[in-house]
Amino acid sequence: MNFGLKLAAIAAIVSSTSFANAETVAPDDVKLTDGVIAASLTGEEGDPEEGALIFASKKLGNCLACHANTAMKDQLFHGDVGPPLDGVGSRWEAEEIRAIIVDSKAVFGDQTVMPGFYSLKVGLNPRKDLVGKTILSAEQVEDVVAYLATLKE
Amino acid sequence: MFRTNLVRAAILASAASICVSSANADPVDQELVIDGTLKIVTKTAAPEGHPFDEVLSGWLFRTEETRAMEADSFDNPGMLRVEEGEALWSTVEGTAGKSCASCHGDAAESMKDVGAAYPKWDEASKKPINIELQINKCRTEQMGAEAYEFDKGGQKPLTAYIKNQSLGTPVAIDLKTGEMQKWWEMGKETYYTRTGQLNLSCSNCHEDQMGKNIRADHLSQGQVNGFPTYRLKQADLVSLHNRFRGCIRDTRAEFPKAFSDELMALEVYVTWRGTGLSVETPAVRQ
Repeated sequence: MNFGLKLAAIAAIVSSTSFANAETVAPDDVKLTDGVIAASLTGEEGDPEEGALIFASKKLGNCLACHANTAMKDQLFHGDVGPPLDGVGSRWEAEEIRAIIVDSKAVFGDQTVMPGFYSLKVGLNPRKDLVGKTILSAEQVEDVVAYLATLKE
Repeated sequence: MFRTNLVRAAILASAASICVSSANADPVDQELVIDGTLKIVTKTAAPEGHPFDEVLSGWLFRTEETRAMEADSFDNPGMLRVEEGEALWSTVEGTAGKSCASCHGDAAESMKDVGAAYPKWDEASKKPINIELQINKCRTEQMGAEAYEFDKGGQKPLTAYIKNQSLGTPVAIDLKTGEMQKWWEMGKETYYTRTGQLNLSCSNCHEDQMGKNIRADHLSQGQVNGFPTYRLKQADLVSLHNRFRGCIRDTRAEFPKAFSDELMALEVYVTWRGTGLSVETPAVRQ
């Protein structure tokens, strides 16, 4: 592993495990009501550019695995398991997008295939090193929320 | 530099062709005839109690190039491994001085259609047994040889050789013997149980989203009639329990041991889900 990769790996571990900001809401304390999480999980606005990277990264959000996104047409192979996200920022409020990313099953019902990216309600036998950990950190969720808000019709 | 660019162009061209073919939302409507003579059932009416009306071979979901590779046994790279299995069939091993052939003779006769009926009930162990475990049973009880470890030694090629003797024969397992029905139920339970941090079950992808694409992967029904399967990704034969474990691992879960009760039950259930499809071993997949 070269130095740059190592740094990236360390950064990924740090950002997905620590609750650096005192304002950050822990997964079990998130208030999701009527399909909405009103406040930012970190108390701060996300970074849309960072959100785009997380959206496309197979190691992080891997959102493209299931959702097509014309704004990323330079990337090969967009999935079609979920709806295309073109114009998603015009169809949904940021508060709704946040809730869907955090725990889609609480919004759409238990049958939904989409994982909860900031939820500890996971499947049987999660990998030992992932027990008690969410797919994305609160900060990463906010970055993706900020990115999706830029996808206007 | 020039050469690098050529290589890049070739990679881009092949990536583009994969992209086009995998963008198809539906399985293809095409017949599989191996070497122009052996008709393979890749689509048939589902057995009673099945969630689908039709069971579909994974072959229908693959690219044109991959499909063509399986249709020609000279182009099918898995056939080289089947030939290894053929050599193992008559290789003497163990303290009894026997090979498979010592008891079973010509596999083309003795093993014909046998693989299509596995897994089956094993009265001695009171569990279902698959081809891999049956081979191990012969090795330890008849040949005085060591059991093959999972995916090691001759396990994959010999299993592929034996299953290849059923090429074209429709899968039909017997759930009425012993406690096969109970194991079928256990396997069904596993099939619908979500695992891992990603919280996904077999059914989430291979039933609910069948025909859709996860990135470049065109989701099939997850049929097992072609195992051991030649996977282009691994450039090798891949065993069924290896694939089970790979899928479960991809949900970010701890995965069960090969041939554990849990995966044997899953093998019984998933094999039943492909009832009526021809054995395709060695199938060629992405």
